Amino acid sequence: MAVLHARRRLVNAVALTLSGCATALGLLFLAWILWVTLKNGIGALDLKLFTKITAYADQGGLANAIIGSLIMDLIALAICAPVGILAGTFLAEYASRSKLGATIRFLNDILLSAPSIVLGLFVYVIVVLPMSNLTHGAVSFSGLAGAIALALIGLPVIVRTTDEMLQLVPGTLREAALSLGIPQWKLTVQVLMRAATSGIVTGVLLALARLAGETAPLLFTAFGNNFMVANPLDKMASIPTAIYQYTNDPNPALHTIAWAGALLITLFVLALSLTTRLLFSRRKVSHD
Amino acid sequence: MSSLPTTLESINTDHRSRSDARHDAWFRWLLKGCALLVLAALLGAALSTLWGGREVLFGQGLHFLTTAEWNPVTDTYGALAPVFGTLVTSLIALVLAVPVSFGIALFLTEIAPAWLRGPVSSAIELLASIPSIIYGMWGLFVFVPFIARIEPALSATLGHIPLVGPLFQGPPIGLGLLTAGIVLAVMILPFICAVMREVFQTVPTRLKESAYALGSTTWEVVWDIVLPYTRSAVIGGIFLGLGRALGETMAVTFVLGNSYDITGSLLMPGTSISSSIANEFNEAVGTHRSALIALGFLLFVVTFVVLLVARLMLRRLSRREGR
Repeated sequence: MAVLHARRRLVNAVALTLSGCATALGLLFLAWILWVTLKNGIGALDLKLFTKITAYADQGGLANAIIGSLIMDLIALAICAPVGILAGTFLAEYASRSKLGATIRFLNDILLSAPSIVLGLFVYVIVVLPMSNLTHGAVSFSGLAGAIALALIGLPVIVRTTDEMLQLVPGTLREAALSLGIPQWKLTVQVLMRAATSGIVTGVLLALARLAGETAPLLFTAFGNNFMVANPLDKMASIPTAIYQYTNDPNPALHTIAWAGALLITLFVLALSLTTRLLFSRRKVSHD
Repeated sequence: MSSLPTTLESINTDHRSRSDARHDAWFRWLLKGCALLVLAALLGAALSTLWGGREVLFGQGLHFLTTAEWNPVTDTYGALAPVFGTLVTSLIALVLAVPVSFGIALFLTEIAPAWLRGPVSSAIELLASIPSIIYGMWGLFVFVPFIARIEPALSATLGHIPLVGPLFQGPPIGLGLLTAGIVLAVMILPFICAVMREVFQTVPTRLKESAYALGSTTWEVVWDIVLPYTRSAVIGGIFLGLGRALGETMAVTFVLGNSYDITGSLLMPGTSISSSIANEFNEAVGTHRSALIALGFLLFVVTFVVLLVARLMLRRLSRREGR
């Protein structure tokens, strides 16, 4: 009896210790990656990084990549935010119990973790190739195509968050508004969406955090460019693809610039993720 | 005369309610159209890669899947090596990430004091928000040299175990299937962990308390009560992680070594579907490009099935809860 008891306690102690070790291991990897990025990136963070373009190679910076990333991220958001919010509203308000709603919600969850590289191929086939055929090669890879690929990555995030946030709005609000004779579209836009604003904004920011770091789908949609362009129909540089290009280069001076770009993106994503946390906690408090 | 205002009013409200109904119908169609775009995106991804890869997919059929040779010079394309690399690295990632995620979820739900839970789970979630290109850079510049240093020790110890020994024998170059698997494990760990933590919290407290009252240790409660109760969702979470691992591109591309040889050693370089596409797509023309898009189609179909299973398993638990 005592032996059995001792053995059970031993097993328990070993399991709990291992569990603590697993957590330490996870945190160790996080600290390791963040530390390496910070240490290598901070040295190359200078004015040159923001003012010179990648055409100067190791004498240059990432100015064109930063601008390219901004342009493509903004276009992507301009596409996926309205579509995603409306689609999420449909799921929450119009189809929460229908079969179509259940199917779309289910498939949206799949799109959420679908491989981004395949979405890049998709945009290559439906945007890059037709554009190239239509213009006889004048326009092929473009910032617009890159933005569309990024929009496809952000879309399911926004759909899901909007859907969830609208479902959290109390039903009494709907009943009160409908009993005043307000048409449903007005109720949805002016009452429910307003009540869920911080939640919906959270979804948009989460989507931005997700698509800002995407590399794979941009390789064969936006392609990359060593010069500064603002026209979305040109090939366009972005920070992730510039990092990819520089990391594959044997020149160590370029690696330093790549680290600086990596630090920029990581800081951006972490800042976004902190902001969403603040927004979300504020929303929670206001409803309690 | 008194009937006039009422008629006007009724015409007015009638008109108003009709225009409201019309606007409502438009709004509804607008929303529905946007929601259908989600379906269109998935369907479009499948059909467009099928179309783009038709030359190889229909030209070679099953032969594409069973051929190991990949040679752009002779225009011979077989998917065996990339498929092999994708499956092996994802499998390594699962074998490593599942126990670690379970440990973290156990720590966060049963062991850690309440004040520690929030910060630690946020930190683990941060692992998921780090872009994959950062994992790639860290993998190539920091983790590959690190693995290269410990690989001789790995070969000297694990390499002599019968059966699994050959898996750990090879040149200590750092790049390879094992390294890619470990980096992938770190990347998918937060996803599996988040699901496990969430579903562990859904186990009714009275079930756990009953077990504790009978004298169970914490480990016994988790292993015999919590895990069986949440089994389907935990499997769903693992499949979710697998789906992520299969499709991951940038991190794997940097640390896999890009070689089309299929070897029996995990220390040897290999290739994967996603890294083949990322590495070669922009230099590929004609059949080569078609073969890469066909690889993309394969990847999409496989991840779709894996994620489908994941979501179905996850749904089973929430349905039992009556949600």
